Amino acid sequence: MSTDPIAQVVDAKGLSCPMPIVKTAQAVKSLASGQLLEVLATDAGSTKDFTAWAKATGNELVEQTVEGGVYRFVLRKK
Amino acid sequence: MTAIAEPGAPVVAAPAPAAAPEAEAEAKPRDILIICYSGELEKIWAAMILATTGAAMGAKVRIFLTFWGLQAFVRDDVRITGDGMMQKMMSFMQRPGISHRKLSKMNFLGMGPWMMKKLAKQYKAAEPKELLGIAQAMGVEFMPCQMTMEMFGLKREDMIDGLGDPVGAATVIGLMQGGDAPLFI
Repeated sequence: MSTDPIAQVVDAKGLSCPMPIVKTAQAVKSLASGQLLEVLATDAGSTKDFTAWAKATGNELVEQTVEGGVYRFVLRKK
Repeated sequence: MTAIAEPGAPVVAAPAPAAAPEAEAEAKPRDILIICYSGELEKIWAAMILATTGAAMGAKVRIFLTFWGLQAFVRDDVRITGDGMMQKMMSFMQRPGISHRKLSKMNFLGMGPWMMKKLAKQYKAAEPKELLGIAQAMGVEFMPCQMTMEMFGLKREDMIDGLGDPVGAATVIGLMQGGDAPLFI
């Protein structure tokens, strides 16, 4: 759990692959190193996709929850 | 303190490299080379999905556009291309442009693609044209095939904006030999 404020939220609910990842990559660009990004998605593939994305890009997947079919990811920009 | 250039970000006069090279051992992601050979809707779509995702994952993505794959990157509003009768016939039989792709199976005179696009809207899947715009914004590089340009009689003004200079197969093989992950679609 992180107590840092969320710097930006990406609402990718309803969007299909590859848009949640693409929107996340675009949003992360505007953040400073260490800032947090929250992503909301309903794409069932996103759990694995966000883990893979974080691993590939070096950004940290801080938090991952699912509630009512909405996947929530908190990422820290490297 | 990493200073890795974002893909697509113009590398403008880097401020005097005061920071000593950190010699970071972090593995650089492999560049991706998509050879876009087929012009069918589903294949162009797959190429655009993989290109945008590759760019989103921090890889440098290049797309070599050749044969029917190149026809898909003629501007949507260009109908007939080429000079000779046969070149004109080619574009007449298969309308160029990314919005006019046919399915390789179950095309049914356009019913198939129409249904695909309907479904894409319903499921909020981005269409090839939208993904193309995103790919270009993310710095994906498009390399038209010089030989196909000539064979189909395509001119630079027939093509969409933002394509790189036409190249040949040696450029493609060279990139592969240099370690690019190749995808032939």
